[in-house]
Amino acid sequence: MSTATLAAASLNLEPANESGMDQLLEIAMGPQHPSTHGVFRMNVVLDGERVVRLKPVFGYLHRNHEKIAENETYLGSMPYTDRLDYMCPLTNNWAYALAVEKLAGIQVPERAEYLRVITGELTRLQNHTCLIGFLMQDMGASGTPLMYAFRQREIILDLFEALTGARMMCNYMRFGGCRVDLPAGWLDQAKKVVAGFPRFLDEYESLLVSNEILMDRTQDVGVLSKELAISAGISGPMARASGVDYDIRKVDHYSIYDRFAFRVPLGSHGDVYDRFMIRLLEMRESVNILQQAMRDIPEGPIVDPKTKIRGFRPKPGEAYGRIEGPKGELGFYLVSDGSPNPYRYRVRPPSLINLTILEDLCLGRNVADIVVILGSIDIVMGEVDR
Amino acid sequence: MVGEGILKGLAETARNFFGSYVSKDRLTTVQYPEQREPQIEATRDFPFLVYDGADWQQGMRCVACQICEKECPPKCIFIEKSKDKKPDAFGKMQIYPATFNIDISVCMSCQICVEVCPFDAIKMDVEYHQSSDDRFGALLLNKQRLSKSNEYYNAIHPTEASAVDAQRAEELAKLEAKAKAAAEVKAAAEAKAAADANPALNASPQQPAGDPQ
Repeated sequence: MSTATLAAASLNLEPANESGMDQLLEIAMGPQHPSTHGVFRMNVVLDGERVVRLKPVFGYLHRNHEKIAENETYLGSMPYTDRLDYMCPLTNNWAYALAVEKLAGIQVPERAEYLRVITGELTRLQNHTCLIGFLMQDMGASGTPLMYAFRQREIILDLFEALTGARMMCNYMRFGGCRVDLPAGWLDQAKKVVAGFPRFLDEYESLLVSNEILMDRTQDVGVLSKELAISAGISGPMARASGVDYDIRKVDHYSIYDRFAFRVPLGSHGDVYDRFMIRLLEMRESVNILQQAMRDIPEGPIVDPKTKIRGFRPKPGEAYGRIEGPKGELGFYLVSDGSPNPYRYRVRPPSLINLTILEDLCLGRNVADIVVILGSIDIVMGEVDR
Repeated sequence: MVGEGILKGLAETARNFFGSYVSKDRLTTVQYPEQREPQIEATRDFPFLVYDGADWQQGMRCVACQICEKECPPKCIFIEKSKDKKPDAFGKMQIYPATFNIDISVCMSCQICVEVCPFDAIKMDVEYHQSSDDRFGALLLNKQRLSKSNEYYNAIHPTEASAVDAQRAEELAKLEAKAKAAAEVKAAAEAKAAADANPALNASPQQPAGDPQ
């Protein structure tokens, strides 16, 4: 559904008491609301505390990403992809690089693949850490869990900064590899961070997992059935929390993921608590992958020497590259007409597609649950609106 | 038991609270601006122009080729070529930028200008204290404000800068060797021409001043 249709639908809300239900109250949550993870509005119709109808309204952060990219060179839109899901720039880079490599038929050297896996999994760690912090903040656990999460995230962002030069706007991947090699001592530092991560997870779990308030607020809230998850195209941790065994790392075997032993955690209830737990379990698996990757990383070139930085013109054709981003299936669809800029550039943002079922999850719940459910979807408005 | 989970969580916060007095990784607060974290070497924010030697106008490496201007994704670089030429670091006569402006309110610090520059003339700075109350003037950096010495570059990015310097020194040495070889060849040709001075009609064609190897 396009943003325009959604916006139009939201404006055409019928008078609140049309079906004999009086005392309905229409309120707008957001766009300037701390729980909306950016600028996002929900037009909610309430019967007392219960949600009768919910229309998401977005587009406040729309900045024409796709059209800008069609007027940029292929390399020129790489830094813009950082700004899609600004929590995890490296996976955005990766998905885009993968699409262009598919389009132009570029091979990636071994070491670069390892670098991509390492940075990608570190991104997943910091994204999930943050998400849990935000979710707790939405639930009213002000401060403490979020601060612990951010403390841990900053350690990973320091690694990113040492490698790519920026904490969040990394612009690190290149077509056919990565931009720079690991600086001296980076791998040891990263090994230390990854080795310390399970301790953080243990602490975080004992802080939160068995907390009765958290369980009351999240269990059986926002239940997403397996059928709806599949038919709505939900991907990532959200789908897996509903028991859909779908992880693109396992399905596509892209990059070198078939070399690592890791498991895909699945939920059984599909409620907010499952989504929260899935992220904790996924982080443990990411730590696993990271340890294997950092053990096996070979020496060698980091970028395909045949790929040009300037004057890059892939031959006409189309390609869709997708990866398992921290939020779900992140895909880039590119059509080339042989010119230096793509003819069509389309992003498949996991946040947007996971957000489309917000109403189904919220109907019949209390207002306070909306915030928790929205938090558990894990959206970043930079990616939703593009 | 109801409340057990909460108590467990409280034990965790207590561990963090008391731990913050003894352990550095539990208390990461820095009292900025009095205390500052050491800067990470690879950090980048905005571009600057490198010059060699003492005079920023003489030593300017940029030759106004305008590649960065074309490749810059948000198009924040503006260059005007000079009418005259000046010798560059390798002694070759080159044009130079008459105007070189970077609007850092537009710049997104992506480093693509650095990657495409064939002359190692533009590099990323680490100076982040750029706040100003003049929105337009202060954030539009001109050639003079952008110019920073090679020593400064070496100070902020030592590893990268020393690699660049080594590469440039090698290039310069190569050029000098080439010039020397060319001079020798020329001298030899002249000597030869002087030796068989008279039959000027079948003088050997001028030898190409190629690589000595």
